[in-house]
Amino acid sequence: MAQILAAGAAAPNFKLRVTPDQWLSLSDLAGKPVILAFYPADWSPVCGDQLALYNEVLPEFRKHEAELLGISVDGVWCHEAYTKDRRLHFPLLADFHPKGKVAKAYGAYRRNEGVCERALFVIDRQGGIFWSYCSPVAVNPGADGILDALERLPSKGKGHEQIASSSHAA
Amino acid sequence: MSRLRVPVTQHDHVIGPENAEVTLVEYGDYECPHCGLAHPVVKLLCASFSKRLRFVFRHFPLSQVHPNAEPAAESAEYAGAHGQFWEMHDGIYENQDRLGLPLLFALAAALGLSESGLRNALVTGDFKPKVRSDFLGGVRSGVNGTPAFFINGERHDGTYALEDLSAAIEARLPVRAGL
Repeated sequence: MAQILAAGAAAPNFKLRVTPDQWLSLSDLAGKPVILAFYPADWSPVCGDQLALYNEVLPEFRKHEAELLGISVDGVWCHEAYTKDRRLHFPLLADFHPKGKVAKAYGAYRRNEGVCERALFVIDRQGGIFWSYCSPVAVNPGADGILDALERLPSKGKGHEQIASSSHAA
Repeated sequence: MSRLRVPVTQHDHVIGPENAEVTLVEYGDYECPHCGLAHPVVKLLCASFSKRLRFVFRHFPLSQVHPNAEPAAESAEYAGAHGQFWEMHDGIYENQDRLGLPLLFALAAALGLSESGLRNALVTGDFKPKVRSDFLGGVRSGVNGTPAFFINGERHDGTYALEDLSAAIEARLPVRAGL
């Protein structure tokens, strides 16, 4: 298993195709928590279960204002067909060319197989990795780790509130 | 190992005595074919362990891939509100190959429940919060697919084959002194 980036590291920025004519950068989502779910392949049984589960848990992720991005080395047309077939309501990014570049930057690339690890990252509002987890490739990691991490994230503007209340006290 | 984070309460659907030595909790989806195969297995477990086993069923519908799972879960809750949860539950799994609204209404009618009452409950989503609460409790407990079983609060990572589940339950039964 690859050594994935751990909590405390800065999340490497990236720009990947999300549909045949749209690109998405991590920096586009600055100020929001981001969940990156690297997975080996569209259509494979475990990935299907994992993404179907996240699809159902989306409202909970959104309560934390978090954006979920799925990433694999599949191309945009494959992602498009898969998204439609499984009625996914979150974007799948194509780490397709140069193949696995983003996965490599996160330490989540399986060089022998040429696919992504099954790796999860929760990125905080400041762009730092807050939590990460690499699952054995055949095991669906579920969503509990992500939700636990999102709950532990400092809430938006908490620092400002503290400053505000201390200035009131003064 | 994942642990069940939501304790069994009076809001759960339960078969078997409260003081049973082993509690088996299933998170299931009415449209999931694996849950359909696990259904007769659970029945056999309940029969063979009898009063030593308490069985609890909680909803875990993956509704984007199984569009009938959510209305089925809400229909079971509707029947449950009229004291017939398990009758509806069994009816759905035993007719899983033709699951859909017509089946749910036919089952309600067969149980002497009001079809229009069920229709209204589905339209207004009366039982949606209960189903969602089961689902989220499952997610927080590490359920990643269905069926998922917890035995005395610990996730069963083996298969749902009768011999696997049976052995896992057996292993948690306290040893009885000879009489």
